Amino acid sequence: MYLPRLILRNALRHRLRTGLTVLGLAIAVLAFGLLRTVVDAWYAGADAASATHLVTRNAISLVFPLPLTHRERIRRVAGVRKVSYSNWFGGVYITERNFFPRFAVDAGTYLDLYPDYLLPAAERKAFLLDRRGAVVGRKLAQTYGWRLGQSIPLRGTIYPGSWEFVLRGIYDGRQPNTDEGIFLFHWDYLNETLRRNAPRRADQVGVFVLDLMHAEDAARVSGEIDALFKSSLAETLTETEKAFQLGFVSMIDTIVLAVQVVSLMVVVIVLFVMANTMGMAAGERLPEYATLKALGFRPGFLALLVLGESVLIALLGGLAGTALTLPAAAAFSAQTGTLFHGFAVSHTTMVLQLLIALGVGVLAGLPPCLRAARISIIAGLASLN
Amino acid sequence: MQEASEVPAVRMQQLRKSYHRGNQEVPVLNGIDLVIEAGAFVALVGPSGSGKSTLLNLIAGLDQPSGGDLEVFGQELSVLSEGALARWRASHVGFIFQFYNLLPVLNALENVELPLLLTGLSRRERREHALAALSMVGLSDRLTHYPSQLSGGQQQRVAIARAVVTDPLLLVADEPTGDLDRASAEEVLAMLEELNEALGKTIIMVTHDNRAAQRARRRIHLDKGELREGADGV
Repeated sequence: MYLPRLILRNALRHRLRTGLTVLGLAIAVLAFGLLRTVVDAWYAGADAASATHLVTRNAISLVFPLPLTHRERIRRVAGVRKVSYSNWFGGVYITERNFFPRFAVDAGTYLDLYPDYLLPAAERKAFLLDRRGAVVGRKLAQTYGWRLGQSIPLRGTIYPGSWEFVLRGIYDGRQPNTDEGIFLFHWDYLNETLRRNAPRRADQVGVFVLDLMHAEDAARVSGEIDALFKSSLAETLTETEKAFQLGFVSMIDTIVLAVQVVSLMVVVIVLFVMANTMGMAAGERLPEYATLKALGFRPGFLALLVLGESVLIALLGGLAGTALTLPAAAAFSAQTGTLFHGFAVSHTTMVLQLLIALGVGVLAGLPPCLRAARISIIAGLASLN
Repeated sequence: MQEASEVPAVRMQQLRKSYHRGNQEVPVLNGIDLVIEAGAFVALVGPSGSGKSTLLNLIAGLDQPSGGDLEVFGQELSVLSEGALARWRASHVGFIFQFYNLLPVLNALENVELPLLLTGLSRRERREHALAALSMVGLSDRLTHYPSQLSGGQQQRVAIARAVVTDPLLLVADEPTGDLDRASAEEVLAMLEELNEALGKTIIMVTHDNRAAQRARRRIHLDKGELREGADGV
């Protein structure tokens, strides 16, 4: 118990210096945790993707639609259990700042494909019966204070005009990473409007979403579907839902990489801060280390004394930073609204935060630890004079 | 004490020590022949740079000689590994420094207890020994005081308690009164005399202070790394 007591008292010897170092570490660990959670959130859609889902889109680009007539041919491919489809609607809710994904979907089949959207039976029925009905995730409803039966206007961008919806259902996510920030409405409502106002754009869908009987058929089914439409006017590209989602992430992978680099740079900076603190502390205490050596204490004892102090300070900062990450993430999530779904600090992130703090403590403590262990008694004692 | 009565405390022959400054070798001790009997109270005196502190460091096992033979209580120090030398110091030598060298984060009792961590004593035994040592130097009422809360004289008394708590055969003191006022210096010297006379501790003290040197029973004069002719006063 003597050594831990000595370590603790040494750590508290310069309370302001130690306090500032702990604060710096806490902020760095907090920043690392938040940035990593941002990166995780980018990948949340891909992580939540079902292994039995395939997405078929236009082979040229996602911005080109596919004819609805593809649906029947896709459904006949062996191994396909169900086919649904959706269109990215875009649009603006009051101002451009209020961003959330809006999809026109084939209501009946689409909800069947996403059992993680927990929608009460009565609300599901009300949604299916109302052509202008809409369903939203709980988080989105809470963000804008929407209630069932409320009218929600959208200003069309991809599909111009004023669009009016009635909120018929609010779903909860079954999993923590289920996206609760999506706005779904009837593809039929969109299509009927297009038939009237822009007939050339009618009967087109953005993507088909397929549910397979067996996940292991994914490669074969993908190949067969794309072969079906080879050399047609609308060739297809079929991929797993996860690959489809990752395609979106790859569009911003430079930003994701930059975020990751910044989070690592924060750790490196705090490593230098910590090394400076420990270097100063050890430099001031050279006569004490020399005295301990003169009394008969071995270099290992001195090494533990210095390293222990470094690790203690680092872990204090690490624990504080990790503990602060949860409320900070909640505040960040609230500020960003529905921009990120599944913005939750993972256990892996928290473990990494503590491991980084531990690593910083060890690395920053190593040079002064070696210096203390190797100090010449004569030189150390002389430095007091 | 049996060991002390059979062999001299220190025996050295042609002891040499030199340091390297760049490529240049700087001799500090030039072939010292000296015997210090067990139970002696010796003052090493001489001008600055004469080599007295270097000699004290060699005797205390803090440094290794460049040549010659050195035995302390019959132990040839140059054959000991670093670890063995550390163990030997812990069990045979008590240190008293000019600036006390107490750990500022430990109180008086904890500072005195420090060398006992290297022994096999239990926590209770360590505490008892430390209390006894502090009682001996008259600081039983300052157990929980930290060095910053003690006067210079009191700090040096704590350092003396720390030096004797392991009951070493040899006490080495480097300018023990150098940072003290006259009254405190007198207290410390009286304490060293008592340790020598009542407990038979061998004491080797480096000092610039003539009054302190006069309290020793033997004075050894060093000059330019050599014993001065006829100056080994008894």
